[in-house]
Amino acid sequence: MRDLRFPSPPPSAITPPRLWLSRRALMATGAVAGLAGGILPPRAAGAAALAARPGPLSGTGLRPTPLRDVTHYNNFYEFGLEKTDPAERSGDFHPRPWTVRIEGMVARPRTYDIDALLARPLEERIYRMRCVEAWSMVIPWIGFPLRDLLAEAEPLGSAKYVAFESVLRPSEMPGQGGVLPVLDWPYVEGLRLDEATHPLTILAVGLYGQTLPNQNGAPIRLVVPWKYGFKGIKSITRIRLTDRMPRTSWNVRAPDEYGFYANVNPAVDHPRWSQATERPIGAGGFFGAGRQPTLPFNGYGEQVAGLYAGMDLRRDF
Amino acid sequence: MATRPVRLSRRSAGRVRLALYGVGLAPAAVSFVQGATDHLGADPVNTFERTLGLWALRFLILSLCVTPLRDLAGVDLLRYRRALGLLAFWYALFHLSAYVALDQGFDARALLADVTGRPFIILGMAAFVILAVLAATSNARAIRRLGRRWKALHRWVYVAAICAAIHFILSFKVIRAETLLYALVVAGLLAVRLRRAARRRAA
Repeated sequence: MRDLRFPSPPPSAITPPRLWLSRRALMATGAVAGLAGGILPPRAAGAAALAARPGPLSGTGLRPTPLRDVTHYNNFYEFGLEKTDPAERSGDFHPRPWTVRIEGMVARPRTYDIDALLARPLEERIYRMRCVEAWSMVIPWIGFPLRDLLAEAEPLGSAKYVAFESVLRPSEMPGQGGVLPVLDWPYVEGLRLDEATHPLTILAVGLYGQTLPNQNGAPIRLVVPWKYGFKGIKSITRIRLTDRMPRTSWNVRAPDEYGFYANVNPAVDHPRWSQATERPIGAGGFFGAGRQPTLPFNGYGEQVAGLYAGMDLRRDF
Repeated sequence: MATRPVRLSRRSAGRVRLALYGVGLAPAAVSFVQGATDHLGADPVNTFERTLGLWALRFLILSLCVTPLRDLAGVDLLRYRRALGLLAFWYALFHLSAYVALDQGFDARALLADVTGRPFIILGMAAFVILAVLAATSNARAIRRLGRRWKALHRWVYVAAICAAIHFILSFKVIRAETLLYALVVAGLLAVRLRRAARRRAA
């Protein structure tokens, strides 16, 4: 079926009507010369077009947050604390060459080159993203299920958890230096093995029809749509299977505020703010959408609630 | 130290005060227009709230600078202190209103849970309530009527400053250098007063 479909251009290749209309207006005024660069759709420096087929597990009825906001409103403390820092200060980061190592309790430890990973069949997954800071986005990711990669490494029966490690490059990541140590670098995260092998859990290598911009976690990052955004570790270098619950950066920093599981849960508040509602990003000015209710497991409860049957999610937040 | 003669005529002092209100309220006005027209970034309500809160703390700090400036540097800006304090109050009021109306959408249950359960919010509210009482008793009539008690009442501004500084530190996920710097300035301004009070007692 898939092969019979018309080839469709990636979303990034489609010119938004606003832009082609403005192009016409420019032509009418004869001012087109020299301006072509300024009216192309925005693409982050270094990002290249990336084709993907629509994923069957994309959310339906979700309207993606504008690309500009997805790439200019980021928490990526390796580049600074402000939301605008990652876009402004990640220009020196080199996502090539890059390898991802899978090791630990596996029968076949392996090292993947990023270009080999990009050459795999890729899917678009349109997911909600809920930040622990009570804002949210909808992002059209491009990637592949983490379970496929794990299967190739053949986890041993003793493996219970998956530990992820990001990159340590103070020379390219200004936030890793600084006076006040914000987090223990490199950033580390972890999942239970059954969470890691859930079909919704993906490794993303792109978004909006292009490779991942540096500020979004180039060249490869984790996306677990039913958990708070900080679980989605960026710029992954190492994936290790283990039998012990791995340390996770935010949990080490403030264990009473950020748990290992970090499932989106409107019933369990952050000590300093409520998690019952969220501010959708890119909804316009003051009088845009306003707050919307936060959904249990970020709206993916039907698919993932079973993973936590019998657990007290107030304690294991 | 001798007081430097920076005395202005009554009329020009009034004009300076008016200008101070104009300039002082400009960040709120600019930020509001930006937010209303979607020019305040991806998360405009949050940016607006933070802008207003920060200016409230800044004016609070400026109002606390007046006395040390006179005592230590001989610059007498006493006649502008009330304007600075009132600006701090107005910004705190805007900040609170933005939180209640724009951010929480008048959600009474969410607001009640915040105000009763979260130290971060309670500290901010405490600072606001104090500033509101001080603003309400900042006119000449209240000063006359309260007499000696006025001074004691207005010493609560120190408590407000401490609450506001901690509220600011807690408003971020991690402890930021910027917030510590503001707290340090508040601590310094209070230390100057404590030292002076101790000297007076000794004398």
